Amino acid sequence: MSRDEMMDLQGKRLHKLVELVYHHVPFYRDKMQALDITPEDIRTIEDITRLPFTTKQDLRDNYPLGLQAAAQSEIVRIHASSGTTGNPTIVGYTGRDIEIWKEVAARCLTAYGVTRNDIFSVGYGYGLFTGGLGVHNGVEYVGASVVPTSTGNTEKHLRLLRDLKITGIACTPSYALYLAEAMDKAGMTKDDICLRIGAFGAEPWTENMRREIEDRLGLQAYNIYGLSEIMGPGVSYECECKDGSHICEDHFYPEIINPDTLEPLGRGQTGELVFTTLTKTGMPLLRYRTKDLTSLMEGDCPCGRTSVRMTRIIGRSDDMLIIRGINVFPSQVESVILEMPEFEPRYMLVVDRVNNLDTLQVQVEVRKDYFSDEIGVMLQLKRRLSDRLKSILSISADVKLMEPNSIPRSEGKSVRIQDRRQLK
Amino acid sequence: MVTKQISIFLENKRGRINDVTKVLAANGINMDAFCIAETSDFGLMRLIVQEVDRAVEVLRSADFAVIVTDVVNIRCRNVPGALSSVLEKLAGQDIFIEYMYAFSRSETADVIIKPNNLEECIRILDGLSLDNR
Repeated sequence: MSRDEMMDLQGKRLHKLVELVYHHVPFYRDKMQALDITPEDIRTIEDITRLPFTTKQDLRDNYPLGLQAAAQSEIVRIHASSGTTGNPTIVGYTGRDIEIWKEVAARCLTAYGVTRNDIFSVGYGYGLFTGGLGVHNGVEYVGASVVPTSTGNTEKHLRLLRDLKITGIACTPSYALYLAEAMDKAGMTKDDICLRIGAFGAEPWTENMRREIEDRLGLQAYNIYGLSEIMGPGVSYECECKDGSHICEDHFYPEIINPDTLEPLGRGQTGELVFTTLTKTGMPLLRYRTKDLTSLMEGDCPCGRTSVRMTRIIGRSDDMLIIRGINVFPSQVESVILEMPEFEPRYMLVVDRVNNLDTLQVQVEVRKDYFSDEIGVMLQLKRRLSDRLKSILSISADVKLMEPNSIPRSEGKSVRIQDRRQLK
Repeated sequence: MVTKQISIFLENKRGRINDVTKVLAANGINMDAFCIAETSDFGLMRLIVQEVDRAVEVLRSADFAVIVTDVVNIRCRNVPGALSSVLEKLAGQDIFIEYMYAFSRSETADVIIKPNNLEECIRILDGLSLDNR
């Protein structure tokens, strides 16, 4: 598709989208009216810069279903991801959304070279997280055999890889390295398995990790990108050139903005990635700020695809952490700590990677009045906090009880986090 | 007899106990006994001093997390079997000991215990003379 044809298509879809949200989502109608624009004003894709942004905070303010455009009877599936505090982010999909998702996920897999002859293991979590079911549907759509391995049972995963002669796998890149580690321990080598294609995403990774994964598992490793607010895995993908991820821009229109001034940035400039869901009908979003920092690449890809490519995610414009593929906001931890009077509202999150698995330690100060001279009471307090964190964050955290005044005071947010993972 | 124990919550790191002893030393406070219960990330230092109020004051002003707990000090003869006979009595009357530590002098030994039921524990001990301990 030529650039002109693509822009023409995007413009038409954008107009339809704006009509949809204007008439069905009061949140957007109010915002557009405040800006004095109607759907009639939005005709070409260039008009998109006139539209309002959407933030994670907006999703939270409209929890749970306030931004849904479709009637509940049209919604066929609901996923949820972590919100910045207590409330998760809820995303409802219509049947048509699921069809599109399946199609874009299949596009990714096809670009990696997956065919109906492959046996493909999905090692992302199944459930509220979009990773598992998203890739699963794509694999089925391609016609390959899907093995819904999910997360957690590495020993069984290895056995299935070997015994079923599984040829493709999707999981987080750190889990791929963990699998390689487990393979070594089990006395297996890459010659004992038949993997040839790996789709890795849900967390940032590096060229060094790619080389190591490819070397140790004997496969070609490709990036897959997505986020549940926009769809799930399948928003962008690497082709055989492994040089940037092609965005399915006929469905997800990308922009790069300066996160401080909100001004659009040009090709090649690094800023915050923003997506507009051109075709979604369940919970369509205008100019959703992903907070992921990247740039859109200039020039055509040697693979022949004309869709625009994004570079690796180089960071975040907020303080979200991705731990074992799960999004964690320091504010979630804070809300749990504030609920418990035993603790000072001071904490430090220490993130590390041990044996290729991310670890999270939450250091928290115990209030002077709540100490006990009995170890058992203190351990129980520690347990209560870690149980509560687990239920809110969906990952387990190691709680470390600290003396009052031992965590450095600071105004800045970033000081609450020590990320010791070496990803650069 | 009931005595006051000072408990200090300490991060499990090098030099932290000495931070406490330095404060006590600077203020001329002597420790009669102490013990430390530790976990992988924190420890509890429990101590017995003569000047409890002053010790608490100087430790708190040095920013330590300090609490004061009532514990039972049992003085018994410093001979084999003395402690055993006391504990036998307590166990026989359903007293559970949360923790304990001891220090001995030449003729006598002092045992600090934290019972689950302080009043009951004292009542039982009052019925025992030193010779029986």
